[in-house]
Order: sequence, then C-alpha cells, then structure tokens
Amino acid sequence: MPETFYDVMRRQGITRRSFLKFCSLTAAAMGLSPIYAGKIAHAMENKPRIPVLWLHGLECTCCSESFIRSAHPLAKDVILSMISLDYDDTIMAAAGHEAEAIVDETIAKHKGKFILACEGNPGLEEENTGGMSCIIAGKPYTEQLRHAANNAMAIISWGSCASWGCVQAAAPNPTGATPIHKVPGIGNAPIIKVPGCPPIAEVMTAVITYMLTFERLPEMDRQGRPKMFYSQRIHDKCYRRPHFDAGQFVEKWDDEAARKGYCLYKMGCKGPTTYNACSTIRWNGGLSFPIQAGHPCIGCSEDGFWDKGSFYDRLTTINDFGIEANADEVGMGAAAVVGGAVAAHAAISALKRTQNKGDHES
Amino acid sequence: MTTLSTKAHSEPAVYVYEAPVRLWHWINAAAITVLAITGYFIGSPLPSLSGEASDYYLMGYIRFAHFAAGYVLAFGLLGRAYWAIVGNSHAREIFLHNILKPSYWGGLWHELKWYLFLTKEPRKYSGHNPLAIFMMHWMYVWGTVFMIFTGFAMYGEGTGEGSWAHSLFTVWLIPLFGQSQDVHTWHHLVMWWIIIFVIIHVYVAIREDIMSRQSIVSSMISGWRTFKDEGKIDND
Repeated sequence: MPETFYDVMRRQGITRRSFLKFCSLTAAAMGLSPIYAGKIAHAMENKPRIPVLWLHGLECTCCSESFIRSAHPLAKDVILSMISLDYDDTIMAAAGHEAEAIVDETIAKHKGKFILACEGNPGLEEENTGGMSCIIAGKPYTEQLRHAANNAMAIISWGSCASWGCVQAAAPNPTGATPIHKVPGIGNAPIIKVPGCPPIAEVMTAVITYMLTFERLPEMDRQGRPKMFYSQRIHDKCYRRPHFDAGQFVEKWDDEAARKGYCLYKMGCKGPTTYNACSTIRWNGGLSFPIQAGHPCIGCSEDGFWDKGSFYDRLTTINDFGIEANADEVGMGAAAVVGGAVAAHAAISALKRTQNKGDHES
Repeated sequence: MTTLSTKAHSEPAVYVYEAPVRLWHWINAAAITVLAITGYFIGSPLPSLSGEASDYYLMGYIRFAHFAAGYVLAFGLLGRAYWAIVGNSHAREIFLHNILKPSYWGGLWHELKWYLFLTKEPRKYSGHNPLAIFMMHWMYVWGTVFMIFTGFAMYGEGTGEGSWAHSLFTVWLIPLFGQSQDVHTWHHLVMWWIIIFVIIHVYVAIREDIMSRQSIVSSMISGWRTFKDEGKIDND
C-alpha cells in the first residue's frame, strides 16, 4: 500500500500533536465545523496520497512561490508531501529526459486518478501561426496539457493565468494565451479555478486538502471558484470598511488620511469588485495584505484585470472611444453634446416661431 | 398699447393620463434624480472627512438613499407595467406598440421632419406621438430595465449569497458581463444614457407645450390633454 499522508508526515519528524493542529486549522480555514478536524485527520491517516502532475505553461511561477510559503504549521515540509507531487519542473531536482518521462508514466499508471494542477496557460496562437511561445521538452505545451487533461480525474487551474488568462492574455494577447477551461480538446474532467496573482497559499493547500478529505471538488460558484474562499469581496471584510462607510478616504499617497489608514477607494481600490479571501486569511501567515500595507487592491483574482484601466482609478478606462476616458467622462461628454444640441434646437425653434408670427402679421 | 386679441374658441380635451400614471411619473422622476446624484457620488465620493470614523456615516447614507430610490424605481416600474395592462390604452403606449403598422413609421417620419424644421405643423395625438413612443420605449423603458437588473446584481454582491438579490440577479449577471467591475462601468454609462433621455424629455415636453397645438406639461399634472384648436386629431 502506498504511503499515507500521515506516514509521510511522521517520517519527516512531525509530531502527532502538530499533525492534529494542522487538521483543525485546515478545517477552520475551510469554514467546516470542528468535527471535521477528525475527518481530515482520519483521511490523512488512511488515504494514499493523490498523485499530482503540476504542469507549467505561460506563467511567472508566482503560484508556486506562493504555494511553498503556505504558513500552516506544517507547511514547508508537509504540504509538498501531502500530495504525491510526481512532476513539477520548477521544484523537482530531476531534469532531462528521465524527468520528462515521469509525466507519461504518471498518466499511464494513474489514468483517471490523478489531479492535474495547471499553472499558467497555453498560447493557442502557436497552432495558427506555427510560432513558438511555450515549448516544454521540445513539444508545445498545448500538446502536453491536452494529453494530461484528457486522462486526469480533475483539473486545478492555479492562479489567474490558468483561470482567466492574466497578463499574457491581456490585449492584444499576441500568443493567443487562453485559460484552461477555454482550451479546445481538453476533455471533460471537472475544472476548479483558484484565481489570484498569485492565489493565497492557504487557499491553495486548503483546496487540495478538501479534495483529499472528501474525494470530491469543493462547492463552486457559477464561475468555477470554490465558494468557501471566493464568495465574498475584499471590500465586504476589509478592516478599512468603516472608513469607507464614514466617507473617509485617502486622496493622495502621502496625505494625512493615508497615514491614518483611511479607505483607499479613491486611490483606485478594486476591493469592491474583487472576490477573494485576502481581507480574512491575509498573506504571509496572516501578517498583512495589500490594503493593510497601504496599497489599493488591484483586483488580481478577477477576470481580465489587466484590461480594466489603471490600477489607481476607481472607474474603468474605456478605450473603445479612441481616447482615454472613463464612463463618467464619456457620459458627461455625451450629455454635454446633447445639452448643446437641445440649446441650439431651442434657439432655432424660437427663431422660427418669431419668423412665423411675422408671416402671420404681414 | 395692444389689446388682447384672443378670440373666443373651444379647446377640446381628452383624458389621457390616469391618476396612477401621473403619480408614477412624478415619483419616478424624483427617484431618478436621487439615483443619479447619489450614484455619481458613490462612484466619485465627496471630499474625505477627517475625525473619528464612528462620528460619520456619509457613504452609508448616500448608499442607503441610492438603494431606497432603486427599490422605488424597480417597484414603480412593476406597478406601471401592471397599470399598462389594466389602465387605458394610453398607459400601454410606452410598453407595447404595433411597430408593424405603416402609419406608425409615417407618423415617426413626420415628427422627425417637425423637429428638423422641415414641416410647419406637427400632427396632433391625444397620447404620445410615434417619436415619443420610440424614445420612451427604447431609451427609457429598456434603459431602466437595464439599470434595475445591473443595480440589483451589484446590490446582491453586498447582501451576499442566499439573499434574493444575489440569487435572482448576481449569480447570472456578473458572469454574463465578465466581472463586477464591468457591471459597474455599464451601470455608469447607462446612467448617462438616462440623463440624456431626461434632458431631451424635459426640453421636448416644454417645447411641444409652447409650439404645438396641444398641452403637454399640464397634462401630466391634470391628466387632460387639451387642444388649442378644433382641428382633427390624427392619432394613428
């Protein structure tokens, strides 16, 4: 029988006490009742590790960077041992043909039983132009992705690249970067999106833990994101929210309001339109998150956030009019034109009327 | 000194706007005014207040006024739609109109010519003229429906999962637009669309009142359309 998670943890010198702590913290992070801590512990003690293929397409590796910093008590040793991470070219020691052979080996050995973790996305323009934007071991990444996806039990779309497209898919998207769920020919394995640039480490590990414990995907919203982490906006749980409600805003980066920690709405904060758990789970072991550090949320877990104008404007820039403008500028411009036209029309009407009157009298 | 030259003449009158329609019109006008002003200040808030956060609730009140007026607008439109069914035929005009009738397009063309100063007199209608129907249906009714749907979708984001606004609007509308930020942008744009409608609507109502041979502004207060001469009423 393959090693269970618990075996791996014990082998790495983790005490049973720490192991149980990890289980209860994970249950709490997932919003489960305390009795689930026992279930998680039971699952980890008895279930064999799920084989995971972690493939990298067009991406910056910030998801991996985030993942290895998961701050749960056992993170640095255990999270990576929890899953049987059979292949991850960024962090594995092996390289070359033998390392690449593991991909095919895992797919053949665990057909339909492994999790495909996608970090980054394929550039589909390769297929149209014959250009090369993402080649892995001499073959286009798209091929590797399709082969693995068609044999996977489930697919995790790590980060905004795999979930939405992210920066490489921003206009004009020269490589045709396409999020995983929109790639043709990837089969029918369920896809769970864990967006963010990068996603929060604890969210990433919790999603995997959930899938292991319950042997199913967590409950997802219509866009395929786990509800437990993506059903509320940053704004809903932001600790600066009382300043928003009061009408206290930072107007300039170095003003008194900025020093006092007022709401960053006017500095372009996307908290009111961004679904993520940063304001509750926070980053680096719950130490801080962008707004706490005095910077507005840039909405990195939202679809197409690169194409919504400046990070520092509340209203989106609309480029379709050929000029830089936001909705209010466009609307006000149109209203001014119509208002001017109305005034001119009224003037002509008045003129015509006096003319007509003159006609009647003469 | 001139003498008053008005000769004795009769002014035929038709009862057009029933009480619920008139009431709706003015409540609705007030709601739109509140919505546009508060909505603008939600997107671009007033200058920052200093002092203790617990001493103020400015954005809270502005948002409350916006949401309250939004409910008035939404239920007002529902009530108005109900009255379109049970009220007189004029109450139906802005919702349903037979656009297949050639006389409708003929009337619309004539009205356009009137506004382009190409004809001397507009036709007379007891209800809305064809151009008015066109504008109210496409600019006002659909603009308002759009604002109600996108508005409640964003409202549901705040009330959260399980709330009626979230289940009815947020869950399908936000993904349809892409993301929440896009819904906000469109909600802003259509606000200006409605403001433009209001500018045209108010101008045209006053102008018609003065220049055409029928009452307009006072009709929305009294309900009666009076004609300034006994010429035939064109209708359609």
